[in-house]
Amino acid sequence: MEKVPSAIDFSLTAIISGLGRLSIMMWRTVKALKSLFTSLHLILGQLYYIGVKSVWLISITSVFTGAVSAWQAAYQFEGYVPLRYLGGAVGKTVLIELSPVLTALVIAGRVGAGIAAELGSMKVTEQIDAMESMAVDPIRYLVMPRFVAGIIMLPILTLLSDFIAMMGALIVAVSFVEMSSEMFINGFKQMFIMSDLTSGLIKAACFGAIISMMGCYHGFNTDGGAQGVGLSTTQSVVASAVLILIADYVMATILFSI
Amino acid sequence: MIEIENLHKSFGQQVVLNGVNLTIRDGESLVIIGQSGCGKSVLLKHIVALLQPDSGRVVVDGQDVFSLRHKELMAYRKKVGVLFQFGALFDSMTVGENVGFCLRENMGMHSKDIIPIVAEKLKLVGLNGIEHKMPSEISGGMKKRVALARAIAAEPSILLYDEPTTGLDPITADMINELIVDVNKKLGVTSIAVTHDMASANKIADRIVMLYGGNVVWDGSPDEIVRTDNAMVKQFINGSMTGPIQVN
Repeated sequence: MEKVPSAIDFSLTAIISGLGRLSIMMWRTVKALKSLFTSLHLILGQLYYIGVKSVWLISITSVFTGAVSAWQAAYQFEGYVPLRYLGGAVGKTVLIELSPVLTALVIAGRVGAGIAAELGSMKVTEQIDAMESMAVDPIRYLVMPRFVAGIIMLPILTLLSDFIAMMGALIVAVSFVEMSSEMFINGFKQMFIMSDLTSGLIKAACFGAIISMMGCYHGFNTDGGAQGVGLSTTQSVVASAVLILIADYVMATILFSI
Repeated sequence: MIEIENLHKSFGQQVVLNGVNLTIRDGESLVIIGQSGCGKSVLLKHIVALLQPDSGRVVVDGQDVFSLRHKELMAYRKKVGVLFQFGALFDSMTVGENVGFCLRENMGMHSKDIIPIVAEKLKLVGLNGIEHKMPSEISGGMKKRVALARAIAAEPSILLYDEPTTGLDPITADMINELIVDVNKKLGVTSIAVTHDMASANKIADRIVMLYGGNVVWDGSPDEIVRTDNAMVKQFINGSMTGPIQVN
């Protein structure tokens, strides 16, 4: 009865109806927040899945992010900028931009895709219908816990990423750039302002909402069988990545008004 | 009593239900037969308000289910148990968690109260002691029985069965049919089953209706269906390609 879409539909009708469905889902999710305290067991499960199970992945990506930032900055500073500013420059780049955005993109790949695939499978096997027929609101049971966990865990993972990336940068600075660790840390301290850190965390919370919402939205709107689940997963990751970059720009203009 | 009044539903250009009128009396066991894709499952989903019609009403005990407010709809759904075509068991939960899901999430019952109810319902469907198994560890027939145990866990007054024997071997299918008859009798529920399995229909029905072209084209008892000279029903029962039913 329902045909499986073979590609992402970019027609105006599809975009408007998609935005409408997304708005309704977001509104129902916000309304479901009134069940926050009775759904703590579900939220804890999602905090574990989104956060704890992503720690290794974030650690690996962050250490190399910091390392390559230090290497590239040292290369670009050569002959123009004194190396004592390396720690500060890398710190600002990591805290404001690299950690929040790269953490979000990695989590969109791991968690966003996972959410879309899980909920998509539930949709095509009528598990969501079964839940609804038992008078259990699927938005309250499936979407709201993921939404809340995304908003809580992304800033925590970003904070972890900030720390590990700076460690990666420090290792490169000390091992290959012939800087002392004191010089790197003093440079970081000299240029550090708290709003750099907090703005990165605010962005991360927003990215967490985008990733979980895109995963849930595309999962809930899955049609067909395995092909439909695959398409939803792809759509979720693509939409999350695009929206993260757009939101990053919008928030940069708000948080760092020139 | 369930009254379906002039129900219309289309998906895009495809008309699935074209003014269905049907009344199901309290305690009756109705079976809806018809070709695959004729709208039987769609009709069932309207009864539990999982789908909204283009027009028409489903009135249950005097209430139009499509005009219910959210809380009223939730209260109505608590009275309805649904056995989905492929069971629709939650694959991330154990059998026990599946059966007790509604009791835990919907009725706020504690584990110590849920455990004996789950055991009792599983016993009713002949599956003792499999509470800790995952749905992936049990056979198709067992999945259907677990799904039935889940559907009756909250003691509904209406039971809807969507293709209860599809995909099962004839012996397991007969066991499911016996189970449905048994459950309907023990719980005294109003039941509606959709199927294209005539053996199943004859076994569980007090009354059979046939759906074709989005409408009810025949209505009668299991005895009457054997003697009917309705060409569509005869073609369907005999499984013949030739006749008034168009095969796409």
